[in-house]
Amino acid sequence: MTHQAESTGRYLATFLMLMLLLVMTVAASFIHLGALNWVAAITIAILKACLIAYYFMHLRTTARLTWMAAVAGCVMLIILASLILADSWTRPWLS
Amino acid sequence: MHTAPPLNPRRKPGRWPLSDTGVHDHQFDDALQQRDATSLGFWIFLSTEVMFFGGLFAAYVLYRNAYTSAFAEASRHLDIRWGTVNTGVLLLSSLCMALAVQSAQLGKQLRLLAYLAATFSLGCVFLAIKFMEYGEKFHEHLVPGFDFALPGPNATHAQLFFILYFIMTGVHALHMVVGLCLILVLMGMALADSFSPEYHTPVETIGLYWHFVDIVWVFLFPLLYLVDRTS
Repeated sequence: MTHQAESTGRYLATFLMLMLLLVMTVAASFIHLGALNWVAAITIAILKACLIAYYFMHLRTTARLTWMAAVAGCVMLIILASLILADSWTRPWLS
Repeated sequence: MHTAPPLNPRRKPGRWPLSDTGVHDHQFDDALQQRDATSLGFWIFLSTEVMFFGGLFAAYVLYRNAYTSAFAEASRHLDIRWGTVNTGVLLLSSLCMALAVQSAQLGKQLRLLAYLAATFSLGCVFLAIKFMEYGEKFHEHLVPGFDFALPGPNATHAQLFFILYFIMTGVHALHMVVGLCLILVLMGMALADSFSPEYHTPVETIGLYWHFVDIVWVFLFPLLYLVDRTS
């Protein structure tokens, strides 16, 4: 981990980007897109989370070993979600 | 025997946390390795937190798929304006926390205190708005177990939505309360002049925690307030 402080400008730019994404996600929720409403909401949420983790939580400058810990949680979450959803998706096939 | 420069020359002996000798702990090669280890350890803790909230999110998605119309109707009872304001407040508090960590890295004590105070205040604003929203739900009989009343055929399954809403936002608010207490501790430590450009690990780790709680809300907000607004 390098411990050089980030510039204030970079933090401000990240914050403005986050606010822009917040406006976008609220605006998108008022437009009727069907299933795409979900896709838009989740995509924007993931983008915001990445911005926060990369800049605010210093993943940008942190040791790569730390990336592994950060990614591991997400991978476990994807396994959990996909197995649960696979169950609920295929259950009607039985009847 | 490996000797290193003191981790924090200004730190008074015997002060929490870590060793009171003023140098890095003996199991580490140097202060940098000690900081990397702290950061890695904290990220591992955060990934367990991801799993903790992940279980709740998975339950939410499962039931939302099963009872789509009930969840959509219940979700429209949440006030999107307060949800949006609260998201903004929390993102701003994260900016302040990031700048607090930066101030600690640069050794600017007064700026650190100011940004910690700003983060603390914004966290309190978030909780106050959340508290008021909860009050509205009690008023509108939308709290399961407390005179829950929703006209129409969806009442039973709408309760499931509100159970998940209260558990997920409640556990998130609990994390916020813990975060606020930790920020108070940080402010106390900053007042006692415990931080320097060489040693500010507590500010960094609690900063990571605060940003994580922010990320959880970033997912809670669209899932609870936004999706199905138009359906």
